[in-house]
Amino acid sequence: MQELVNRAKELLADGTVSRVLGWKAGDMSYNPEPAYFNSAEELENFVYDGFCGANLSKYMIEASKLEGKTLVFLKPCDTYSFNQLIKEHRVDREKAYIIGVGCKGKLSVENIKAQGIKGIESIEGAGMNDGCDTLTIKTLYGDKTCSYNDAMLERCHVCKGKEHQISDEVMLESRDTKDAERFAQVEAIEAMTPEEKFAFFQKELSKCIRCNACRNVCPACSCRKCVFDSTKYDTAQKANVTSFEEKMFHIIRAFHVAGRCTDCGECSRVCPQGIPLHLFNRKFIKDIDTFYGEFQAGEDTESRGPLTNFTFDDVEPSIVGERG
Amino acid sequence: MYKIAKSNLPELYKAIAGSKELYLPLENAGQVNFGPWSEDCTPDIETLKSVKSPKDVFFPQSENLYTCQKEGKNIKIDPEKLKDQDFVVFGMKSCDVKGVEVLDKVFLADPIDTYYAARRDHGIIVAMACHEPEESCFCKVFGIDAADASSSIADVATWMIGEDLYWKPLTEKGEALTSELSGLLSSDGDENKVEEEKQAITAIINKLPYSDLSLEGWDGDHFEEKFNATNWEELYKPCLACGTCTFVCPTCQCYDIKDYNTGNGTQRYRCWDSCMYSDFTMMAHGNNRNSQMQRFRQRFMHKLVYFPTNNDGMYSCVGCGRCVEKCPASLNIVKVIKNFGGDK
Repeated sequence: MQELVNRAKELLADGTVSRVLGWKAGDMSYNPEPAYFNSAEELENFVYDGFCGANLSKYMIEASKLEGKTLVFLKPCDTYSFNQLIKEHRVDREKAYIIGVGCKGKLSVENIKAQGIKGIESIEGAGMNDGCDTLTIKTLYGDKTCSYNDAMLERCHVCKGKEHQISDEVMLESRDTKDAERFAQVEAIEAMTPEEKFAFFQKELSKCIRCNACRNVCPACSCRKCVFDSTKYDTAQKANVTSFEEKMFHIIRAFHVAGRCTDCGECSRVCPQGIPLHLFNRKFIKDIDTFYGEFQAGEDTESRGPLTNFTFDDVEPSIVGERG
Repeated sequence: MYKIAKSNLPELYKAIAGSKELYLPLENAGQVNFGPWSEDCTPDIETLKSVKSPKDVFFPQSENLYTCQKEGKNIKIDPEKLKDQDFVVFGMKSCDVKGVEVLDKVFLADPIDTYYAARRDHGIIVAMACHEPEESCFCKVFGIDAADASSSIADVATWMIGEDLYWKPLTEKGEALTSELSGLLSSDGDENKVEEEKQAITAIINKLPYSDLSLEGWDGDHFEEKFNATNWEELYKPCLACGTCTFVCPTCQCYDIKDYNTGNGTQRYRCWDSCMYSDFTMMAHGNNRNSQMQRFRQRFMHKLVYFPTNNDGMYSCVGCGRCVEKCPASLNIVKVIKNFGGDK
């Protein structure tokens, strides 16, 4: 990690960049926050470890408006989001100096707590120089251990690969974390009866508190004014009219990001109620792959997305209806 | 001191629900939140904190105020019926009970909010001591006792000790509920066991990483100094402007009032609002807080400066730590207090 700080200091000192966008150490082992660093002194608080799950791509929309270049650290999966934002003219490539950082899988403290571990005082083993095999956790109720993989975010188990899709340079080693099939959860839901599917989503989505964290963290949700925030039309949704109104918000959002969602998994990471929101998006990705050929949003900055392009080989719209 | 075996709690729930509505922590799709008891619900009183605080039992996230209906040339107005039946909230922690006390300051002050007041009149709070407090808890900073709800506005205090739940009525309402349940509660609860449990909880509370936070300087005398501090310019930057912190919070009380077009009338309802949202307190002339920095500052100034200034020093944070656990950007009130030098 120190090499990242050293490199950032060099780039600040030689004037290549005006600021650094990375992660700042929190006051617990597991709560670093996205942060700007304007000087070598401020970089003393820089951290990069297993708990730096936040995707910094979306912060670059604001950083693109600032004077000078911003050095941004992007993990392999974050680079897909950055490419997609370039494609949508939301970030300025010229305003970014990208250091692609290696990734050994990102962690969720919720997954650690789900194993009954509480009163966490410190967690060791989440650093980039660690084996990423076992986390050693000191708690108020005794010392515990937890396997690194069991604490990983869902998205890391179905990792798209540790290649950076865009970068000016790459630093730190990655570790292969894929140990599950990306579409397995979607297939399990597809196999349900319509009644079972409805019950599944009703149970999950009824936990939604409409905090909008999923929308606000989503790199594909970059509208300046969201239709759900508009006071001019009858679309503002701060509360539910029916007990299952949440579905509207989530389904509309999933449609809106279809073909543009890179499957970065931030929506599910931030949901305070643990709703597996990525399932909606991943269903769309799977269907797009089926109907239009394999497509990964954010692999490049130029190509036309399958839903914004027309070819004579496109499936007829009725195919979806026929499939039921 | 009364007690009941934990294994008998399902019977207790059933007995309460026989004559009253009962709200308690329920597991649903992997998360615990307060909800109404039903035959097939899954109570979970072992999980320390519900995701959302139980404040919505008294102040629902969304509630109808009245309905207007067109009838020929007339408009019929039907006010929503006020709560008129007693109900029990079982398992509220001391921080959440204090949260209700904070809401009381707002909704029971003149002009009294009748919707809220009706719920408070009919609500019976059964508090529960925090058997194993967690690292995100900092209720001690606000003078709240997680080990004992006896000096709070709760009606009954309970403790989970080993295989039993100890039960101590605190108010007339609590005594009445206790006598209704006398067939299930035995009156031979050992006071000494409760004392031991309280001491064990207090020992943990004293070791918690945030228990020594200092609130010095968070008061009306330092209003301008805090308001104009440059700290906010950096602090707010990671904020996603979502409403997670405000919606899981036991004391956030801001709401919006909206109309829903029912086709031939209007349903006027109110719903939780969040100072993090861009249209918060939007008025005809525009918005008086038009940057995220200002909205972010509002939340913490409200909790730590404005509210105590207007309410005899009572902070509108109770240190439950939900925002600490749930903020997607790992920002929270503790980091704000520490940034201003509150790290003893």
